[in-house]
Amino acid sequence: MKILILIGNVPDTTTKVKFNADRTAFDASGVQWIINPWDELALTRAMELKETSGGAVEAVVVANVGRAETEATLRKALAIGADKAIRIDADPKEAGYVASQLATIAAGYDLIMAGIEAADYNGNAVGGMLAEMLGMNSVSAVSGIQIENGQLKINREIDGGSQVVGLPMPLVAIVQKGIAKEPRIPAMRGIMMARSKPLEVVQPIDAAPMTNMVTFEMPPAKAACKMIAEDQAKDLIHLLRDEAKVL
Amino acid sequence: MNFDLSQEHELIRQTVREFAEREIKPVAQELDEKAEFSPALTKRMGELGLFGMYLPEKYGGQGLDTLSYIIAVEELARVDGSQAATLAAHNSLGIGPLYYFGTEEQKKELLPKLCTGEALWSFGLTEPGAGSDSRGSKTTAEKVGDEWVINGSKIFITNGASDLNIGCTVQAVSANTDGKKQFTTIIVGSQTPGFKRMSMHNKMMWRASDTAELFFDDCRVPAENTLGKVGEGSKIMLTTLDAGRLSIAAMGLGAAQGAYELALAYALERKQFGQPIAKFQINAFKLADMAMKIELARNLLYKACWLKDEGRPFGMESAMAKLYCSEIAREVADEAVQIHGGYGLMKDYAVERFYRDQRLLQIGEGTSEIQRLVISRFIGC
Repeated sequence: MKILILIGNVPDTTTKVKFNADRTAFDASGVQWIINPWDELALTRAMELKETSGGAVEAVVVANVGRAETEATLRKALAIGADKAIRIDADPKEAGYVASQLATIAAGYDLIMAGIEAADYNGNAVGGMLAEMLGMNSVSAVSGIQIENGQLKINREIDGGSQVVGLPMPLVAIVQKGIAKEPRIPAMRGIMMARSKPLEVVQPIDAAPMTNMVTFEMPPAKAACKMIAEDQAKDLIHLLRDEAKVL
Repeated sequence: MNFDLSQEHELIRQTVREFAEREIKPVAQELDEKAEFSPALTKRMGELGLFGMYLPEKYGGQGLDTLSYIIAVEELARVDGSQAATLAAHNSLGIGPLYYFGTEEQKKELLPKLCTGEALWSFGLTEPGAGSDSRGSKTTAEKVGDEWVINGSKIFITNGASDLNIGCTVQAVSANTDGKKQFTTIIVGSQTPGFKRMSMHNKMMWRASDTAELFFDDCRVPAENTLGKVGEGSKIMLTTLDAGRLSIAAMGLGAAQGAYELALAYALERKQFGQPIAKFQINAFKLADMAMKIELARNLLYKACWLKDEGRPFGMESAMAKLYCSEIAREVADEAVQIHGGYGLMKDYAVERFYRDQRLLQIGEGTSEIQRLVISRFIGC
């Protein structure tokens, strides 16, 4: 079987977010880019499946939509252990556009994994859209994947508990925390080998974006903290009940 | 001129940083406090391929360049001096001389295991009476039949006594004619009868790294354990130290970077007189000076690495880098404590450990005074 991991190239999660002057685009100057953390967990799980499947998983491929500068992120994915990378040479404008591009290269895989959300725009959309475009089944909120007798055994988080479902392949799994314990740190050998692994660049197709960005707003600044003396519990009750209205 | 690191160097930095932040940082303070060497972390460094990074693959290495290795040491030192010391000493002093001067047979036998993180090797040069004056060594090696008989002792030997240590490259006086000493470097396995290793305790710095005292009492090893040629000991020592200086410099740079980041974060958060103390010009200028010194140190060190990787002479630049990086580590750590005020004196704050750990760097592998001597000879004084 072949596994495809969708890789988002996102700002490091400690980035101080800024926008351009008319607040229609993210200001990327000085930003350190990383693999979207959920995608990195998906890749880690794919490597574990490959290593323990006794040859059943033939290849793990990673793909993203992005310009040449996102290749560092793909090289890291190759260093972690992916066999091949595909970059679709376009700006990842929005989820529908990205899914349309990925659909051109995503046929023929038995399992496609996408992170449940992206650390940048938090869209939570590409995986589901891609499944729809490919006519594949998809499962969301996946926190565990095993291969058993040629089928997938999948753990899902549901309200108040969890669920185990058996599913045939092919499948798009939209994965969340728990899919792997921790993202794998590549070894130096992996970094060396990543040099010579294939990184294919694919030209984009014409696809109309489904949404357009109107404006970004920063969250309101935190209000000043009110300190209450330790022997003034009454004041605290008053503030919680009458001002914050949470009691 | 191009100051950009390659994508691969950036990835190595990111990878080692991730490892240091995720696996070393949470335990660094405790290991320091208990003065405990960690075989588990050493093994992890081996798994990641940090030992023998610059060795060819046939010896178990990764075939990376000097700069890759130096970036790895820098990133560990940014989080913890002790673990950086284990890596730097094993790579530069343990593995280095074996790789550069060993026979094919010696290399094939020793290097692959020394790259795994499950075995460490040390370099026995310094003696109780021979520090900066390394030619003052008293440890002797006498040829009896086809064996060396070694007598003497060594001190302050990093990675020399832990359970992971499997041997030492020992510098010994092999002949002394009319006061003219001949030095030979000899490979001694840790289980050789007559070889005793003892961990040294109560250190101020690098408390989670292993520092040893070594004793040789009629310790006999076969003559084929000679590293390089008989009488080549001085050359081996000087070459090893030239390269070793780069890794001590990397420790200085990393320590300075780590202390600076702690100071900057603290100064932006700590409020006095109604504003973050970073907004007071006196602190802002301190932080600006720190950033500038680190920038200079990094450029100098990376240039020395580049010279080495280009196969050009780098002895003067490595001495300069060692001297400058270790001295700015002291200056930056000192100001970082100052910015932390009283909290900087408490063990709960990592900056306290940085302040102690940097102090070795102006002493170990050639004191600042010896570096100035080396540089002054290069410029023709």
